[in-house]
Amino acid sequence: MSTEAVGRTSTAGNWLAYAILTLGVVVFAFPIWMAFVGSTWDAATIGRGDLPLYPGDLFWENYAQAWSSGEGTRVRGTPVGVMMLNSLVMALAIALGKIAISILSAYAVVYFSFPGRMLAFWMIFVTLMLPVEVRIVPTYQVVVDLGLFDSYAGLIVPLIASATATLLFRQFFLTIPDELVEAAKIDGAGPLRFFWDVVLPLSRTNIAALFVILFIYGWNQYLWPMLITRSKGLETIVIGITKMIGTGDAQNDWNLIMATTILAMLPPVLVVVFMQRWFVKGLVDSEK
Amino acid sequence: MQKRVIFPNKILPYALLAPQIAITVLFFFLPAGQAIWQSLLMQDAFGLRVEFVWFENFARILKDPNYLAAIKTTVVFSSAVTVLAMAPALLLALMADRQIRAADTFKTLIVWPYAVAPAVAAVLWLFMFHPSIGVVGQLLIQMGVKWNYALDGNQAMLLVILASAWKQVSYNFLFFLAGLQSIPKSILEAASIDGASARTRFWTVIFPLLSPTTFFLLVVNVVYAFFDTFGTIDALTKGGPGTSTVTLIYRVYVDGNNNLNFGASAAQSVILMAVVIALTAVQFRYIERKVHY
Repeated sequence: MSTEAVGRTSTAGNWLAYAILTLGVVVFAFPIWMAFVGSTWDAATIGRGDLPLYPGDLFWENYAQAWSSGEGTRVRGTPVGVMMLNSLVMALAIALGKIAISILSAYAVVYFSFPGRMLAFWMIFVTLMLPVEVRIVPTYQVVVDLGLFDSYAGLIVPLIASATATLLFRQFFLTIPDELVEAAKIDGAGPLRFFWDVVLPLSRTNIAALFVILFIYGWNQYLWPMLITRSKGLETIVIGITKMIGTGDAQNDWNLIMATTILAMLPPVLVVVFMQRWFVKGLVDSEK
Repeated sequence: MQKRVIFPNKILPYALLAPQIAITVLFFFLPAGQAIWQSLLMQDAFGLRVEFVWFENFARILKDPNYLAAIKTTVVFSSAVTVLAMAPALLLALMADRQIRAADTFKTLIVWPYAVAPAVAAVLWLFMFHPSIGVVGQLLIQMGVKWNYALDGNQAMLLVILASAWKQVSYNFLFFLAGLQSIPKSILEAASIDGASARTRFWTVIFPLLSPTTFFLLVVNVVYAFFDTFGTIDALTKGGPGTSTVTLIYRVYVDGNNNLNFGASAAQSVILMAVVIALTAVQFRYIERKVHY
């Protein structure tokens, strides 16, 4: 085989490859393993600094307590169930909202000719250069002025505009053969019909790929939800964890904090692992 | 950039564009404009009068030793994160590119930290490196290291760097792997027949052919270290101890939110916008050139 000639399959080299990859996997997994171990012991063991490297037997107790009350002896948290729901609403709304408005605007820019088309395209394009962290303080003021402070709308809508998704759909639409539009026109289908029956089904893989990336983006938001929500009922799980930690005191209810941490990681990690094919596609495409 | 065959509608395209344009104007252009406007204003100490001061806010900031320190912190932090996130990723990608068994399993196991939120990554590392309850923190103390990241600025910096880099390796790994897999096998064979050793092949063939990927990742990682690590820093150190882990983005937040110094905060936002625009421009110019060759 030709690759053998390049030495890609030499045995000694492969052992080295296995060793390095295994080391890499261990380094990646160790922090999560310790969090998991921490979530299965009692707070006192952890607080004394006696946490072993293997799991204890309080898995169900800790997770049930974190899920339903979120309150330990020290921590006055929000129940994880509530926070997970908030994070889920936020991540889904951001992902689906971004996909919906971008696919529509990309369709307008590609399939129509109208005054102001290039202006609209550039207006969307330059937003690529303004991540939420940069414009945080002025955006905060706008949201407060609109009366959206401490609401789902304030949490979600400002994060929905996305140049990346628009560019990606535009790129994809340009590869759809013109013959399809001609055929549709001959059949008497209007633009909306064509969008619904042809463009949308063809975009399925692109939508799935974007969904994975955007869901993770939405779930992992930190600065924005921290600024824009005040009430406990709106707390997302990423914010909730850091609030539980406070100053990082050794006597915290670390078992509950770690159970919450594991639960917070679960949805985005599962999405990546089970939708890996689309995830890789989305990542690579959206950076082009 | 447009189709040859198009629909003739006059109103519909505007309706399709409306939601995105509305959000973009409301939450991008309005705030950005306001930031630029506010960066030229200054409030008196009681917040009663506002004065137009041209570029005084910028001049003050750029003379402020704390701001200069934050620039230095950001440069150190970003370079360290970029190197630490990219070098191991390249090594792992080179190994995963070999024809070994279970390559896909390894890939999955390396990729998933991408999904962990920056703030959650910080919590994981805090739990390991906590001086009195963390397994690694205790180990360090037993080994005689005076480990306490809550008191020692350099240790705090190290921990923030490690937590930030840890999360970013998987992203770089995926792009390096894609880059490696797109290198034609025939080139590597030719080098091999000419008697090039594995090391020579890497430095004279693979590395140069990988340079577009490397350069692209360089920009992405710098942007990540600049902006996306806010959560990591806030959850781990809150910029402390003292101001030893206050990066530029963290300072914008502290000045705007805690100190309510809007003029100064707005001026900092404008400076950061300029930085992002410059980085994006560099990236696009470069990608354009990549398309040509």
